[in-house]
Amino acid sequence: MSEIHFREMASKSWLNFLTFLCGSAIGFVLCSQLFSILLGEQGDTQPDILHNDPHARHADDNGQNHLEGQMNFNADSSQHKDENTDIAENLYQKVKILCWVMTGPQNLEKKAKHVKATWAQRCNKVLFMSSEEDKDFPAVGLKTREGRDQLYWKTIKAFQYVHDHYLEDADWFMKADDDTYVILENLRWLLSKYNPEEPIYFGRRFKPYVKQGYMSGGAGYVLSKEALKRFVDAFKTDKCTHSSSIEDLALGRCMEIINVEAGDSRDTIGKETFHPFVPEHHLIRGYLPRTFWYWNYNYYPPVEECSIQTHVKSNFYYYSSII
Amino acid sequence: MLSESSSFLKGMMLGSIFCALITMLGHIRIGHGDRRHQHKHHHLQAPNKEDILKISQDERMELSKSFRVYCIILVKPKDVSLWAAVRETWTKHCDKAEFFSSENVKVFESINMETDDMWLMMRKAYKYAFDKYRDQYNWFFLARPTMFAIMENLKYFLLKKDPSQPFYLGHTIKSGDLEYVSVEGGIVLSIESMKRLNSLLGIPEKCPEQGGMIWKISEDKQLAVCLKYAGVFAENAEDSEGKDVFNTKSVGLFIKEAMSNHPNLVVEGCCSDMAVTFNGLTPNQMHVMMYGVYRLRAFGHIFHDALVFLPPNGSDND
Repeated sequence: MSEIHFREMASKSWLNFLTFLCGSAIGFVLCSQLFSILLGEQGDTQPDILHNDPHARHADDNGQNHLEGQMNFNADSSQHKDENTDIAENLYQKVKILCWVMTGPQNLEKKAKHVKATWAQRCNKVLFMSSEEDKDFPAVGLKTREGRDQLYWKTIKAFQYVHDHYLEDADWFMKADDDTYVILENLRWLLSKYNPEEPIYFGRRFKPYVKQGYMSGGAGYVLSKEALKRFVDAFKTDKCTHSSSIEDLALGRCMEIINVEAGDSRDTIGKETFHPFVPEHHLIRGYLPRTFWYWNYNYYPPVEECSIQTHVKSNFYYYSSII
Repeated sequence: MLSESSSFLKGMMLGSIFCALITMLGHIRIGHGDRRHQHKHHHLQAPNKEDILKISQDERMELSKSFRVYCIILVKPKDVSLWAAVRETWTKHCDKAEFFSSENVKVFESINMETDDMWLMMRKAYKYAFDKYRDQYNWFFLARPTMFAIMENLKYFLLKKDPSQPFYLGHTIKSGDLEYVSVEGGIVLSIESMKRLNSLLGIPEKCPEQGGMIWKISEDKQLAVCLKYAGVFAENAEDSEGKDVFNTKSVGLFIKEAMSNHPNLVVEGCCSDMAVTFNGLTPNQMHVMMYGVYRLRAFGHIFHDALVFLPPNGSDND
């Protein structure tokens, strides 16, 4: 009887031992998972997306850099103590630009916040246009739906809002996306040579579909005060259509109808200053394949993109992550 | 049943404790602490602008020409895309840059070190550079192809430092008793340090080719040990505000960390305005950096630099 008892004990302790080992293995694995989450380092993935469709836009992509708390880049604090910014400041007063940034409720924290903390501070006035109002951000509610097919409608309503509330506050009215980077000083230098009472608009000029060309939506575009007035008026008098799923093309067609000139935004050596893609795509020779739609769309013949330049003014688009 | 579940639980606890211990140990070894905790190193600061302006214009010109920096870049065949980018970009601003490769690569010119071991490569490269160029260059900068370096800022940093003194500069890390310059941030040696290093390279007791019995010691630590014997000590290079000028990380990583650690000081907390190196870049990022540092300008912002370092002849990437 004691033998059976002994065997029972033995098997029981063997089982105990096994469960112990099992437990320790599971404990180890769980713990290491926990640690790797706590000290998680996300790989610096750069989504190198080449859009096959010229009118495609960046969808709400993989959650990047969710910002917690107020982020103040202190972009205007005395970073460069030996810097002389008199000329830039002079231009700031002379060439007043109102920037409005096309965004949406789901992108306010992800993207628009970065814009707000960086280059938007250099606009004379900046507005964030969303489908819904957000008093805290703050973002203007255009009372539209979200989605690619709503872009033109949002654009029309945004320009209307700007026209109704801020027409006298600026000379030039710039539309940018929440993944565009704009160097305002250089934009002012470009626009300083033109009169805002002229009907003209600037951006990255594309040649198809519209006789005088149209401006790429992604690279951003800027309207003169007269152009804005005519644009808003065109909808009141039904000169332009309200519905279109291709925002930049529709705007370009409307501009042609209302006799707003498509301007040449190239610099003094003939290089483009508005860029529809991230810098890498433009800087590295051969990055964009020769068969890519982009080369056929450009209104002006390509000069060695960005190779040797002194004064470059640029609006970069598709800037989904920081270098 | 009860005893089994209790032994299971005991096992789990033991497993977790074991795992926690290992992670902690691993972290202490790597030294994942904040940069701010590493204040036990020697600081070396950049020159003050006022001091520079006191020197006459002619003397400043002479001074800016007296810096001759020789760049050593250690490469391996797998780095070929980075190598191409580095070759096309910042190395053109070195007074001379040479690539030391572990084996011969057809695509690019390099000096064959005939070894795969980083420490051996480093030794051979330093010896080669010293033997050949001791009279022509007074500062020697060693880099990896994942780095982006701004040579003008390096020269400015070295401005009032006498190369006949033993300087050994970069981003320093303290490992136990040893303070060494991390190869990930770039290593700067003055000609005096090179002299002393080379006199010891032949002595295996002081400067062994195979340091460390069990673990392989990284090449930057081995260099530090060697130099220590020669009386050359590592110094951390900083700007006038105490920020590191040699960086082992890329700008993107700094900003990412700043956004999570101190979101209201992203620009202030990031990097020095006169940073010399950044590491961890991809080839494309090298080109973007080159464009951003040398070509892109915001109209109307004028920088009154006390000194101008002109790029060497034949450098068309400005």
